[in-house]
Amino acid sequence: MTGTSTATGPRTSPTTSGVGQSAGRPDARQKVTGEFAYSSDLWLDGMIWGATLRSPHPRAVIDGLDIGAALRLPGCHAVLTHDDVPGRKVYGLEHADQPVLASDQVRYQGEPVAIVAADHPETARRALGKIKVSYTELEPLTDARAALETAAPRVHDGGNVVRHVKIRKGDPAAVAELVVSGEYQVGMQDQAFLGPESGLAVPAEDGGVDLFVATQWLHADRTQVAACLGLPEDMVRITLAGVGGAFGAREDLSMQVHACLLALRTGKPVKMVYSREESFFGHVHRHPATLHYEHGAAADGKLIYVRADIVLDGGAYASSSTAVAANAATLGIGPYEVPNVRLDCRAVYTNNPPCGAMRGFGAVQACFAYESQMDKLAAGLGLDPVELRVRNAMHEGSVMPTGQVVDSAAPVAELLRRVSGRPLPPAAAGTDRDIRGLPGGVSNTTHGEGVVRGIGYGIGIKNVCFSEGFDDYSTARVRLHLIGGEPAADVHTAAAEVGQGLVTLQGQIARTELGVEQVRVVPADTSIGSGGSSSASRQSYMTGGAVRAACEQVREQILERGRGLFPGHEDLSVSGGKLVSARDGALAALADLLAEPAEATVTWRHRGTSPLDPQTGQGDAHVQYAFAAHRAVVDVDTELGLVKVIELACAQDVGRAMNPQAVEGQIHGGTAQGLGLALMEEIQVTGGKVRNPSFTDYLIPTILDMPPMKLDVLELADPHAPYGLRGVGEPPTISSTPAIVAAIRAATGLALTRVPVRPEHITGTGPERDA
Amino acid sequence: MTIVYDDEPDADEIPVRRIRFTINGAKKVAEVEPRLLLAHLIRQGLKLTGTHTGCDTTNCGACTVLVDGKPVKSCTMLAVQVDGHEITTVEGLATASELHPLQEGFKEEHGLQCGFCTPGMMLAAKALLDHNPDPTEEDVRWALSGNLCRCTGYQNIVKSVLWAAEKLRS
Repeated sequence: MTGTSTATGPRTSPTTSGVGQSAGRPDARQKVTGEFAYSSDLWLDGMIWGATLRSPHPRAVIDGLDIGAALRLPGCHAVLTHDDVPGRKVYGLEHADQPVLASDQVRYQGEPVAIVAADHPETARRALGKIKVSYTELEPLTDARAALETAAPRVHDGGNVVRHVKIRKGDPAAVAELVVSGEYQVGMQDQAFLGPESGLAVPAEDGGVDLFVATQWLHADRTQVAACLGLPEDMVRITLAGVGGAFGAREDLSMQVHACLLALRTGKPVKMVYSREESFFGHVHRHPATLHYEHGAAADGKLIYVRADIVLDGGAYASSSTAVAANAATLGIGPYEVPNVRLDCRAVYTNNPPCGAMRGFGAVQACFAYESQMDKLAAGLGLDPVELRVRNAMHEGSVMPTGQVVDSAAPVAELLRRVSGRPLPPAAAGTDRDIRGLPGGVSNTTHGEGVVRGIGYGIGIKNVCFSEGFDDYSTARVRLHLIGGEPAADVHTAAAEVGQGLVTLQGQIARTELGVEQVRVVPADTSIGSGGSSSASRQSYMTGGAVRAACEQVREQILERGRGLFPGHEDLSVSGGKLVSARDGALAALADLLAEPAEATVTWRHRGTSPLDPQTGQGDAHVQYAFAAHRAVVDVDTELGLVKVIELACAQDVGRAMNPQAVEGQIHGGTAQGLGLALMEEIQVTGGKVRNPSFTDYLIPTILDMPPMKLDVLELADPHAPYGLRGVGEPPTISSTPAIVAAIRAATGLALTRVPVRPEHITGTGPERDA
Repeated sequence: MTIVYDDEPDADEIPVRRIRFTINGAKKVAEVEPRLLLAHLIRQGLKLTGTHTGCDTTNCGACTVLVDGKPVKSCTMLAVQVDGHEITTVEGLATASELHPLQEGFKEEHGLQCGFCTPGMMLAAKALLDHNPDPTEEDVRWALSGNLCRCTGYQNIVKSVLWAAEKLRS
């Protein structure tokens, strides 16, 4: 089936854990008992261990490579280099530009140069130490804006611009009564999932390989792995292993090709597990960004124009930079109506770590800048920041700067009213407060003196699903059969459960559509068609849509059987495990119609999108827009620059809360990652080298950093989407960052143009930024 | 004990210590190199993979287990240190017939998403509830402040622990 479905309610009676209910996770029991097998837990008798030698230099020529001593190490089974890659030597999600193993040069610190397999992880590490690589170091290109200069060294032969997206709308020479401008910077954030990269590759008798791995997109992995191995795709079979979080970091390959190469070379199962330190070098990060904005507004606050120039540091390889640039550009003015827009967004190559997908990709960076600008504009006009946003709020029917009409709910003003209308947490004052609730906490840095409260707001916009004409689809097979005489449904997709709850949702949909209680979600693997990526907030929409469509076909098969058995009944439905006639009630047990199983496999697509015009950025590029707003309340120790977030309120439209508990969980978790970007999370890169590849030095929010949350979940159905749902995962990550920074500004009066905000930015005692 | 060799010892002369301990109620004897980490003894020696390692540097708490009832990060304790002691891992929380209230709480209150942090969270929470059966939200937050979660924003983890506390009291 191809095409779209309209949003209609379930046509069977809801079960106790169907769509719209907080059904429990089917994997929860295994996860709380410790039985759930994460990719790092896999074990096969006779397996050996892989390890990766990585470049210590951000830019260097490889003059020579001596693997002899490593090969002679007892217990070492294989040492492989670039020459041992039998197929395509490079891979990449959008451009195949990243070497499986470096050949003549390295372009970033941490680039894989050689791989080994050995009988023990420690033997493997010793073998790595015996590989001799001669490098001639070159001056790395580490400034993204310098990379644009014609004299800059070229990271790749095609030049340093991965993509330049231009948005042109209205009058380029528009003038306005009030103009505010600013330059903003976003640091390099890490996804910091808790379960490091890992997997197990098992050589197969047919000369192929079976790979068990934690990933976000099984089929994209398979396509790339097979090409690099020089094997047909059907000889590379990938099964999803337990995933310890993803957030974009598992969309690109990490150890997949390496483990398969070693398994095929040695004829043994090969396991690879990254340490936390290696994980920081083993996946892409959020693009650091420099964003220059100019906003022009009338005296009443109505926006007249936005001009922006955004430079995204893509690092050494393209990864998903093209999509990140498109998001930053097309969503770059935020959820506002602006008649005149001129925006340029460039993603560039440098010798910094490669950057790509992370929750909210592209939209996160832009939102920090445009929301900072809105606050600056409000201050300039003497307007309340919420009021200014409401006056410019986009709504259903608004036109994006791309010319695309927003054709479903866009409750921007309502979301702002929801968060701003909430009661505030009690004001705290005085110097006799419980220190645990103060900035600095039990470090006992203040008893309340110097502490100032601030309140700030942020709202963001995100596209859902893949855009710009990408052939985006998901595949689902549903089989209704009898288990012990009772009807039960099997649901099979290749869509990756990464923690978000997709396995729960698939079961809910099957229960609702087929009126059965027993549903088994079959492990995701490549024996079925692609489910697409677990990214871009797309799986509820896409795999949800595919599972529903497959259920509809199965149901139709059952009804057809019913119409054959009960002629004259054209008004049949399945409900509560029975075949029901609207006129005569229950006619038969569903089980009686399932002597033969009913099965359907459906490839389901969202409605089509268009590419962006390369000169003007015009085009109906996106499938769906999603919105979330935050209000942050913070206490700032203005003397020490320490911040305590007191409360975060969030309002988000989810179209339909398919599983309210899971929706809330996504909003909580997304908000926390935005808090991290606002206050603490940054990969510190100096001269192309990562200075803090550990959780000792790269800080993510703890339970003490993350305050209690207040949520408003709106359900304004999108008529184009399955069940009316709207993607949930990314929007809360986007708006929490600017809301928190706005609150710090409100408390301190500082401009704060960079995230994460560091104590010295507040105290003025340190350098703004030492790149 | 310190052994000093004049020459490089053969690999099989690496000193091995015999340790005796109880894990999840079962008595065990193991021969371990003194440098072996407790986390590796549990995961690789005993094949109890519910104890996860997320950071290797004592920051994330995914490897938290109880030693004599106290939460420790097993990636930063040596196996020889548990000689004569009692370890509880996530595999020891449930009885044959029913889940521990903390396990039920994390299920009921959606206290997990990817679940990688969950075993460590539950064991740190157990240590809290064992001596404070009626904690406030603030108490729960302090008890879990050494355990990182990247998925949940911690909101439902707090709820899960309070759910378990109530269940245990009733």
